[in-house]
Amino acid sequence: MRPFTYTQPETIEEALTASVTNTDSKYLGGGTNLVDLMKEDVERPSQIIEVADLDFNTITSNETGGITLGAMLSNSETANHPDIRKNYPLLSMAMLSAATAQIRNMATNGGNLLQRTRCPYFFEVSMPCNKREPGSGCGALEGANSKHAIFGWSESCVATHPSDMCVALAALEATVTLQKPGGTSRTIEFTDFHRLPGDQPEKDNTILPGEIITAIDLPNPKFQTNYHYLKIRERSSYAFALISVAAGLQISGGKITNIGLAMGGVAHKPWKLIKAEAFLTGKMPTKANFEQAAELALKGAKTLSENEYKVIMGIKAIVRALEQALAKTA
Amino acid sequence: MLNIGNKQKRVDGPQKVTGKATYAADIASPFYHAYVLQSTIACGSITAIDTSAAEAFEGVKGIFTHKNLPERLKNKVDYTDPLSPPGKPFRPFYNDKILYNGQPIALVVAQTFEQARYASKLIKVTYEEKKFKGSLSDNLKNASADRAPEPASNRGDFKKAFKNSDYTIIREYRQSRNYHNPMEPHATSVEYKSDGSLVVYDKIQGVASSLKYLNGVFGLGADRVQVKSDFVGGAFGSGLRPQYQLFMATLAALELKHNVQMVMTRAQMFSFGYRPEVIHTMKLGCSKDGILKALSHKTVGETSTFEDFNETIVDWSGLLYKCDNVNLEYELTPVQSYTPLDMRAPGGVSGVYALECAIDELAHEAGIDPLEFRRKNYVDYDQNEDKPFTSKELMACYARCEEVFGWKNRKDLSKTEPHLLKGYGMATGSWEALQQPASVSLSMNEEGTFTIKCATADIGTGTYTVMSQIAADKLGVSIEKIKFMLGDTAFPDSPIEGGSWTVSSVGSAVASVCEKFKYRIADIWKRNNPDYQAVAFEDISFQKGKLEYGSKTFAFTEIMQQASKEELSIAHSESPAAGQNTHSGYAHCCVMVEVTVDKDLGIIKVPRLVNVSAAGKIINPKTAENQLLGSMVWGLGMALREEGMVDTRYGRVMNANFAEYHIAVNADIHDIHTEFVEEKDDKVNPLGAKGVGELGIVGLAAAISNAIFDATGKRLRKLPMLLDDVLEA
Repeated sequence: MRPFTYTQPETIEEALTASVTNTDSKYLGGGTNLVDLMKEDVERPSQIIEVADLDFNTITSNETGGITLGAMLSNSETANHPDIRKNYPLLSMAMLSAATAQIRNMATNGGNLLQRTRCPYFFEVSMPCNKREPGSGCGALEGANSKHAIFGWSESCVATHPSDMCVALAALEATVTLQKPGGTSRTIEFTDFHRLPGDQPEKDNTILPGEIITAIDLPNPKFQTNYHYLKIRERSSYAFALISVAAGLQISGGKITNIGLAMGGVAHKPWKLIKAEAFLTGKMPTKANFEQAAELALKGAKTLSENEYKVIMGIKAIVRALEQALAKTA
Repeated sequence: MLNIGNKQKRVDGPQKVTGKATYAADIASPFYHAYVLQSTIACGSITAIDTSAAEAFEGVKGIFTHKNLPERLKNKVDYTDPLSPPGKPFRPFYNDKILYNGQPIALVVAQTFEQARYASKLIKVTYEEKKFKGSLSDNLKNASADRAPEPASNRGDFKKAFKNSDYTIIREYRQSRNYHNPMEPHATSVEYKSDGSLVVYDKIQGVASSLKYLNGVFGLGADRVQVKSDFVGGAFGSGLRPQYQLFMATLAALELKHNVQMVMTRAQMFSFGYRPEVIHTMKLGCSKDGILKALSHKTVGETSTFEDFNETIVDWSGLLYKCDNVNLEYELTPVQSYTPLDMRAPGGVSGVYALECAIDELAHEAGIDPLEFRRKNYVDYDQNEDKPFTSKELMACYARCEEVFGWKNRKDLSKTEPHLLKGYGMATGSWEALQQPASVSLSMNEEGTFTIKCATADIGTGTYTVMSQIAADKLGVSIEKIKFMLGDTAFPDSPIEGGSWTVSSVGSAVASVCEKFKYRIADIWKRNNPDYQAVAFEDISFQKGKLEYGSKTFAFTEIMQQASKEELSIAHSESPAAGQNTHSGYAHCCVMVEVTVDKDLGIIKVPRLVNVSAAGKIINPKTAENQLLGSMVWGLGMALREEGMVDTRYGRVMNANFAEYHIAVNADIHDIHTEFVEEKDDKVNPLGAKGVGELGIVGLAAAISNAIFDATGKRLRKLPMLLDDVLEA
């Protein structure tokens, strides 16, 4: 791989300073995505700032009655944490469906949010890709695009975001805390963290130069009983989702009083199904209602040459995920 | 018999699990490391290549391109290997022409692998690019029977019989390209000796192939190069022909006069041979009562623009069932890619996939149970070759498989779960049982330990173990007394390890050399013991390292003291058994599968696989079962997972890694059951054994396809069968 310098700051301030000093830097968490991409010459940082051992690796209660996930905590420790299993089982289930146990042991929560697309044109440096090399064109638009987006894509980019964890976080209405040099930080809605490609597909998210993710906050415990993460993939393990659905239901008096619904594998960001959520809120959890909501959710999908199947699969997946969520009993 | 037929553990197991087994890249000499830069276009030529920045990079020792290929490699140089198909083999760096996307165009040699890899990215290449002409489907107009070998002769009158059939089907089946991915990537380590000779450690299924290539290309005879290959981490056909890392490491070692090692990256494993994409057209007809009357099988396969790679595909359709009116056609179409390569059960997997799907479809048309249909059309004679079989216990496989699987009552077993459709399918599988000439040598030392040598390979199949078992039994010693050595051009000639013929060929040679040893030691014993001169050989037995006559025993080591060392060094060359000429040798199996299909989401699972095989004498049921399990897992992968995705505009393989090229994972595999039925065979070879390295993958994809139909009513007629295929069918 390309020569680079390596620094291991002791504090977050040092890390931020190092990043500001060299704008060509990358933070290294578990390295499960970054290092692969460096080997393939896709990512070419001149400086690596190791942040995995910084002090953001705990799970703590926050002041709003929710929970704060440290950005440097591993995916395994997060998914298997007793509080997460008990209070946010949807998140745990989504995270445990991702990658392999070995990768989850290394991967960090912050890194999970920042993982790059699996679009093969992004990975293959001999191919055009606007995300990797702005202006070079989109190889997938008229190429091998069976696993690509059906929502929110542009002529510049049809890639999807590959995370499972992020789909659950979108459904759970998490927030992301970003720290800037000088000690200031800001908190944004999870659905505002990732962005659509537009004409700047090189930007996966709204993080600003020099910023670092320190925490992911979850609101009050949600969907502890009726939840399901459905991941449809081409093999039973170690494969990215063709389509995934995170579904959480709160039912009271025979009606849906609260719902979290998001899809993965369909867009450049985790795709929160706002219209379907609104449709189902206050309604009875029946198959007919689920089907209507799913139809509503897939309305406006724009398919590519090889991914038409995602519309019908998406509808069925939403219905199935909701049914599975409903079928769970406390 | 102490060892043959026993589940002997691998004699090399401890070496493998403790990391002591040295594979081609495990040689500890100080090496320079070589890294290949690949072309990024599929067709055209290199107009400029600037290596100056790479040359100046730290640690770089040398760079090789078409600009500086030594002149001697251009003049009347023979680039073929023993398994080269017709055509002109690929010649690395021969000129500026680009023949496929991913072609090696420069070699960087550096002190470390990382330096070499990075320096390769500093090379600036300018191309004159021509348009890529697409894959097989885009080039069907160029399909030609002239490029392909002639299939088995047509027989009867297909057209008439097809027309007169009560039930007929005409179907097309497609298979995608599959890439080789043995655990160990291809690697070559070359030690450059002070006298200019080389020791080459190559990943290869037969060291003689590497030697032939090195001699042809570099003029290195056996006096100047020794090729070794003690362990091979899986090969499955990818090591039948020397791959380009052998050329690269040898070129660099000779030019730099230094040890050089080249290990391919996983992505580079997608830059050479593969199981070719093929399209089959099947036309079958049968009578009302399900008797096969007419069969036509036409296959078009891809090859490269420079070699005509061929497989035996359509002949299987003339072989597996009784049919008097058969038409077989085989055509090849060149595409701009590297030449395809044999992959586990080459041709058989493809031909039998199409045949066994078509048979299932015809049985369904005729309203006959697919197993019953196969029994009705059973054949005990090779109609292609007009010969009897050496043995064929397929009927027993059907019966046992039917019983173990519960085929008769399969529908009763079917519990319906919401969303899940259950289905059951079956297929017949078969593979050749050939024997090739093989030579071995044997010697015994003062401690009574036997060393047996042969240039064969162990690609994970268990050659070390099985040969040790055979020798121990034949000599009447314990297995610890046998040291079987392989993978060295200094050893007696062997056929390449492929074709499932190693036990048959090398094993028979080992048995014979042991027999020779017994005669020899008996002669020495008689010579030195005048009292026993008249003893007939048949009256002597050999057990526990001793010659036994009546109540008297004489240790081999004692007898040896009265002989010269040369007397107890024995060589033997075994020729194929006469039965190989007069009869047709095949192993057979029946495979039955259960699938579930999620009708909404398209997810296909395979909860149960059963294979019952007839493969002659099973020397080691443990290693034999291992091979069947491995090939069945791969068959599942072929049916439901593996697909080399080539961009039709650029000719680039787009999923050249393990995350996106999906081989089956543990979670995909559930209950697999294998069994062997008894099959006596005194014609196939002296051991009566047939190879099982390839048998288990043949027919499996068809069985899964047939089961998916049983579950869903959908015939997918393509491989792999993916979720979207189920949803869109």
